[in-house]
Amino acid sequence: MILEPLVLLFIVWHIRKNLRLLSPNTLWDKYLLWAMIGITILFIVEKTLPITMVTNWIWHVLILGVGYLIFRLPVLERMRTTLIAVLPLIIINIIEDLVEIIYLPLYETIENYLDFAFVFALTWMIAMLIRSNKQNKALKTERKKTLAEEERNKFISAQKEKLEVIVAERTAEITKQKDELMHAFTELKNTQSRLIQSEKMASLGELTAGIAHEIQNPLNFVNNFSEVNKELLSEMEEEIENGNLEEVKALAKDIIGNEDKIMLHGKRADNIVKGMLQHSRSSTGKKELTDINALADEYLRLAYHGLRAKDKSFNATLITDFDAALKTVTLVPQDMGRVILNLLTNAFYAVQKKTTEQIEGFEPTVGISTKKNKNTVLITVTDNGNGMPKAVKEKIFQPFFSTKPTGEGTGLGLSMSYDIIKAHGGEIEVTSEESTGTTFIIQLPDAIPNH
Amino acid sequence: MKILVVDDEQDVKVLFQQRFRKEIKKEELDFVFAFSGEEALKKMASMEQEAVLILSDINMPGMSGLELLKKIKENYVAPPPVVMMVTAYGDEENRSTAKELGADDFLTKPLDFNELKSKLKDIV
Repeated sequence: MILEPLVLLFIVWHIRKNLRLLSPNTLWDKYLLWAMIGITILFIVEKTLPITMVTNWIWHVLILGVGYLIFRLPVLERMRTTLIAVLPLIIINIIEDLVEIIYLPLYETIENYLDFAFVFALTWMIAMLIRSNKQNKALKTERKKTLAEEERNKFISAQKEKLEVIVAERTAEITKQKDELMHAFTELKNTQSRLIQSEKMASLGELTAGIAHEIQNPLNFVNNFSEVNKELLSEMEEEIENGNLEEVKALAKDIIGNEDKIMLHGKRADNIVKGMLQHSRSSTGKKELTDINALADEYLRLAYHGLRAKDKSFNATLITDFDAALKTVTLVPQDMGRVILNLLTNAFYAVQKKTTEQIEGFEPTVGISTKKNKNTVLITVTDNGNGMPKAVKEKIFQPFFSTKPTGEGTGLGLSMSYDIIKAHGGEIEVTSEESTGTTFIIQLPDAIPNH
Repeated sequence: MKILVVDDEQDVKVLFQQRFRKEIKKEELDFVFAFSGEEALKKMASMEQEAVLILSDINMPGMSGLELLKKIKENYVAPPPVVMMVTAYGDEENRSTAKELGADDFLTKPLDFNELKSKLKDIV
């Protein structure tokens, strides 16, 4: 029988191959090689010498031993199919040999059956090998598929990782941008409040000289009338000594009159200081009953003297027309004062600019008037300056728009005024004619009218 | 002698009347008041032939003290009235302009009435 040594060789070769894959360079590798060589030598010896009877049994024992190993060791699991394929043939072979040794006559009687069984076993073996081959092929394609799948999964996860990195980068970028925007936004808000404050301070600067003038005058009166009263009082003492009662009475009347003047001018200075403080302070936003006529008059003087302090040659006619029916209006005095001041400063600027053109017969005139209507209060500021073209008129309430040279105006005056008037539920209108003049009309609701 | 005081502050009138009450009583000085440059010119026109001393503030709305000074010095050729200008403290610019325009004397705010009195007595 040629089958057994070949099967043995194949199995040993296979075991060796598998072992090598698991752990190369073991002693077993060598032993198995020797086993293969041994099998080959034994096979050659068997074919040259008449010892088939002995070798046949060696083959049987070897193959049964290997078969046992194959069924016991999980490492050799893949060899099972091959073993099952050849097993019937081997068993028949062993039975044949056994019967031949034990009882030869029986061998002769069952020879035909054995031949038949041999053919069957052969067919079995071929079918099993074909099947195994097919299975192997299927397994291979399956493995290929799995490998491809794994490859694809690897690729996908690599892509995913890449994508995740990109997403993380983008997220960081966006977060950074968001932070930057937030930062810029806060910066802008800060700048805005700083600008509002600096606009206030700028207008306060314009006012300083006017304020000094306006405080100096009442203080002079206070000092002068005090001195006069001192004189009058010593005169009064003399008259008392003389017993001139009529003269004493006349002096007392004068002194009282002067004291009134002192108080009046003291209050005037007081009001100016208060107004100045109010102007420089952040608005409380609180609406108060305000004497709008007094407020307008005060800012007219401050604005006028402020400008005069800067340009001594400048002069203008001031026309005031305050409606006596208008007593108090509910508004935020600091804010509305700022609006009036801004309009007046602009008016003075306009007439001053026109003065420099030296037009014959031009009399710079600025007017402010108040008027009480049924449900509204009007505050009008006029000037006879050069007016403005339509294009300028359309933009004057926009923030940062200014016709003044750089550095002279913040461009916030009128836009702030507009916001303040809107916050009071009012309207501001402007009419302007080029080379004739400009008029601003503020209309405020008279919600809580005369007190 | 008439003295025309020009100032936009109404209470200047009362103050002068009180400060010079003795002189007024004794009729040594005769004060006339104007509250603007324009009014001053009108008043001057109505008292043409009298000897006039003008005491004017510079800082006034409408016609300023400087303009008034210019007009007086231009219009009154023979003998032009004495014009004293009242300037704010430290206002050198107005002072020199007034001098160029022919101001006769200067007083500084706040007014020193004793100084003014002695100056007036010298002129009278």
